[in-house]
Amino acid sequence: MAARTVRRATAATVTGALALATAACTNPGADTAGPAGPKDSAVVGIAYEPDTLSPLLGYGKDGNSKIFDGLLAFDADMKLKPALARELPHVSDGGRTYTYTLRDGVTFSDGAPFTAKDVVFTYRTILDPKTNNPSRTELDALDSVEAVGDDTVVFRLKYPYAAFAERTVHAIAPEHVAAKQDVNTGAFTTHPIGTGPYVLTGWSKGEKLTFKANPKYWNGAPAVKKFTMAIIKDDDVRATRLRAGDLDGAILPPNLAAGFADDKAKRTYTAKTYDYRTVTLPTHNPVAGDTAVRRALDIAVDRQTMVDKILDGAGKPAYGPVPTDSPWFAQGTERRHDLAGAQKILDEAGWKPGADGVRAKNGVRASFPLWYLSGDKLRQDHALAYASDARKAGIEIKTQAGTWEVIEPRMKTDAVLAGGGSPGDPDFDQYLLLKSTLAGDGFNNMAWYDNKAVDRALEDGRRTNDHAQRKAAYDTVQRELAENPGYTFLTHIDHLYVVNDSWDGLGTQVEPHDHGLAAGPWWNVETWKPKKNTGDTKK
Amino acid sequence: MSRRLPWGAMARMTGRRALAAVPVLLGVTLAVFAVAEASPFDPVKAYAGTAGLTASQDNLDQLRQNLGVDRPLLTRWWEWLGSAVTGDLGDSSVMRRPVADVITERLGWSVLLAATAFAVAIALGTLLGVLAGRRRGGLLDRTVSSLAYTLEAAPAFWLGLLAIWFFSLELGVLPAGGLTDTASDTVTPDQVARHLVLPALVLGLTQLPWFFLYVRQGVGDALDEDPVRGARARGLAERTVLTGHALRSGMLPMLTLIGSRVPEIITGALLVETVFSWPGIAAATVQAATAVDFPLLAALTVLATAAVLLGNLLSDLLYGLADPRVGFDG
Repeated sequence: MAARTVRRATAATVTGALALATAACTNPGADTAGPAGPKDSAVVGIAYEPDTLSPLLGYGKDGNSKIFDGLLAFDADMKLKPALARELPHVSDGGRTYTYTLRDGVTFSDGAPFTAKDVVFTYRTILDPKTNNPSRTELDALDSVEAVGDDTVVFRLKYPYAAFAERTVHAIAPEHVAAKQDVNTGAFTTHPIGTGPYVLTGWSKGEKLTFKANPKYWNGAPAVKKFTMAIIKDDDVRATRLRAGDLDGAILPPNLAAGFADDKAKRTYTAKTYDYRTVTLPTHNPVAGDTAVRRALDIAVDRQTMVDKILDGAGKPAYGPVPTDSPWFAQGTERRHDLAGAQKILDEAGWKPGADGVRAKNGVRASFPLWYLSGDKLRQDHALAYASDARKAGIEIKTQAGTWEVIEPRMKTDAVLAGGGSPGDPDFDQYLLLKSTLAGDGFNNMAWYDNKAVDRALEDGRRTNDHAQRKAAYDTVQRELAENPGYTFLTHIDHLYVVNDSWDGLGTQVEPHDHGLAAGPWWNVETWKPKKNTGDTKK
Repeated sequence: MSRRLPWGAMARMTGRRALAAVPVLLGVTLAVFAVAEASPFDPVKAYAGTAGLTASQDNLDQLRQNLGVDRPLLTRWWEWLGSAVTGDLGDSSVMRRPVADVITERLGWSVLLAATAFAVAIALGTLLGVLAGRRRGGLLDRTVSSLAYTLEAAPAFWLGLLAIWFFSLELGVLPAGGLTDTASDTVTPDQVARHLVLPALVLGLTQLPWFFLYVRQGVGDALDEDPVRGARARGLAERTVLTGHALRSGMLPMLTLIGSRVPEIITGALLVETVFSWPGIAAATVQAATAVDFPLLAALTVLATAAVLLGNLLSDLLYGLADPRVGFDG
């Protein structure tokens, strides 16, 4: 509690102080931040810190871990490419067996060779119930893994799972180091050793992570020799330190990123994401569970205005977890903002306006609570806009702030402003959000969504590797969701980064909700090339 | 001055206090477990972090069992106590490492910060106190006194943010936080020294008013007393009067103050370390508390309690030495 209060107070005061500071001086020091000559070190500011650096506890599960490699990796377009595996896996047994052949001559940063034993050790340890890995659910399909010789690994699945190959971007830990320690608390969790392009040189918790290039990296030694990630939770502080030249790059909210638009020495990168904000409409709430109310809310809400006003244009309307620019998006499921249409749906369903403008049906007032995470401004803004749009259609939504401890026990009947999103396979988000058997399972299917047609399509989609069949299945899911929207999806949010223009080769991937170490223009810092311009004296 | 120290009496007092500390520490750890248990934070959620939002209930239940937080409060406390007595402080769930490692890595930085802050507060407090006490009602006295009352009311984190704003953002002369420069990955003494200035100054300033006001009062009163008036009448130099007479009796209350300020400096450090991202014990305490990390929280509380008890003991010993009438409690 104390930390949170302090942080909020910190944020408030710093914001005030910064308003003064930036008004008082557009610091002339900002111009001196530019590097002299080719720059082979980079310092970036991020808002999020990993809990652990051990792949066995979940670090690097989505790839891009800097210190480790997976069997596969995502390229800039989120297509799978081989990494520690020599090629993409061979899939057999009706999608139940995945066979990987490993790359030769790869070593860990301590010099020991990487072999199939390390892969088997990593996956078996993660599946072990005694390992405190909160992301184990993502490998739910995995039944067994075994090594055949030194360079082949065979994964056997419990059921055919089309997205499994995308799970094998998971970082691989060295057996000869990690197996000798307590998996949950051993030194490996803070002093990792991997095959990756960078070697961790220090982790000052709450402050920064420092890396140096791995000169023996199998894919070529990185040109950026020193890489530092400073952990700065407060947006304003991060922006100030970027301006002061302490940082070379940082993630920033749209309004702060706009402040760097005129800075010629810096470039802004906008990452497209799967990061959605949605309102859960719990099936067990008599109002929010009503299909007419759900459909009315779905078109009463003005998504484009939310994007323009709340996100300063950095985002796009969302109609489901799949973004509209994804190849998996079911064309034609976009919903137009149509207040009159919403009112008509409610009228026809028997929700009649009462004296105070709030509708009612059979004595039930069209009113329900909507919770958002306290202190999360973005969610608060979305919640308030949603409530105001709903009010115009005659539905009263009472917004309330709370921590997850307060919200979780109420999720079965109260609406929640939720966020999430994992890029890649359409199975990832949709299965967890919509599968009826996952209703109330932790934070999965928070709305207790229950639709037999969707359940069936979700199973069909994950159990085949045939692209056309999968596309058809996920089209069905999205059409059904439009018919009976158990969630009102509001927006997909862009992530903005401002980086010094000192390197070539920067770009962004499609990003998930949690933009940790893996996201941002530095997802591929190992392939950045220092620019040889400026003409200043070289170091 | 070369009087033999009453070692025996001092040792007896220390022994008595050590015995009394045992039930106090036991009670405090039990209270920590009970309070943490009653807090709305869920240790499993805190452990899983964002991954917990997509984890299955099975996965979360398994974690709860692995972390051992599903067992009754008293069982956990008794087990923790049993292993703590043998020197095994358990594993911190929030840091993902043994508690002993966390403490050894961070304790030094906190002691450095607190000691520097204490030194600043005592040195500055004494100096200003003597100067102000000498001429009470003078310009210096009035200025510093009103400043001291203002400082007394100012929360540490607010002072911290003000210092960051002024020295780091406006002037750009001192780093805003951390132990070393962002781009540096080695800890060098000169970097630490530069990064220590602001947090130590702020923490010292929060303690300054107490020392200043006590010394000012003590010196002022002493100057009015007969021995001082006598010394002056005998024509002793002002300097001798001040240091030999006034300061000696004026400093007495300050000795008790040093001990009794220990808890204040610990809570002050909680805020200052958080504001300045100082990688010390206090910052870890905040994390342990919000994550309901029982072993780490208990160990840190024991440490803080021990520091308070030691502070009290030290001030009582010093007081007993400085003023034999007080003696070593009976």
